[in-house]
Amino acid sequence: MTDSESKALQAKEKAEVTTPAELTRPGLVFTPAVDIFETDSEITLLADMPGVKAGELNIDLHKNVLTLEGDVQAPEGADEADVIREYRTGKYYRQFTLSQIIDQEKINAEMKDGVLRLSLPKVKAATPRRIAVQS
Amino acid sequence: MLLRRASDGPMWGWRSPFAELERMRRQMDWLSSGLSRGLVGESAAGVFPMMNVTEDKEAYFVRAELPGLKADELDISVTGDTLSISGERKLSVEDEKAQYHRRERDAGRFSRIVSLPAQINTDKVEARCADGILTVTLPKAESAKPRQIVAKSS
Repeated sequence: MTDSESKALQAKEKAEVTTPAELTRPGLVFTPAVDIFETDSEITLLADMPGVKAGELNIDLHKNVLTLEGDVQAPEGADEADVIREYRTGKYYRQFTLSQIIDQEKINAEMKDGVLRLSLPKVKAATPRRIAVQS
Repeated sequence: MLLRRASDGPMWGWRSPFAELERMRRQMDWLSSGLSRGLVGESAAGVFPMMNVTEDKEAYFVRAELPGLKADELDISVTGDTLSISGERKLSVEDEKAQYHRRERDAGRFSRIVSLPAQINTDKVEARCADGILTVTLPKAESAKPRQIVAKSS
């Protein structure tokens, strides 16, 4: 297979969260698949969160811990009965520890077609400071 | 008890007590099959995308999670009682110098055909993508809809 030829996608069961944090609301919680990459100026995170609307996504950065939380409303109507159920729906939850210092003011999040794109700009390298040691 | 409730409750349709039992049975089957595969094993068909199919009196609803895909990037066709969906998921091309820490999202082609339990009114099939979830609404053909027959007294 050459690089230009794309491979066939494999079906994958969604990974359920095994979180140490206690969850206060009932329902299933899944770990979204993510891509994280870094350039000189920023860290970008892409997360697949199908079913999450922009308003139902919670992003929190506190003490270098980034938390993503997405709520999903069941898409089925009230009087629909299951015929086949291959995947389950539920919330999404994932936490990351960031090693770089992030410029919190400039964080930008965009939710489009169930994919979150989160840009976390790094703080501009502080000008080297010389600390005078007093004797 | 069941008979009494079925006749007493004005809201119970002629079909619903059994439909409800059938639904529960299917759910139990699904749960037990899930247990036997440890709930993390292969899905029912193991073909991407995984699908949930539901029905009401009028139509079947086929749903699949396809984050990042738009409706016009999908190739959807229906014939008689089969639905076929194919497409390709592409990931955005990023800066060459980007250094990856995690790479869990997959790209690639997919194609899937599902047989529905009954004939479909192929003229009225609708597909919609919202928030990464594809919903295909397939109205049942007239012949496949449940019909209530009124017995005439002679």
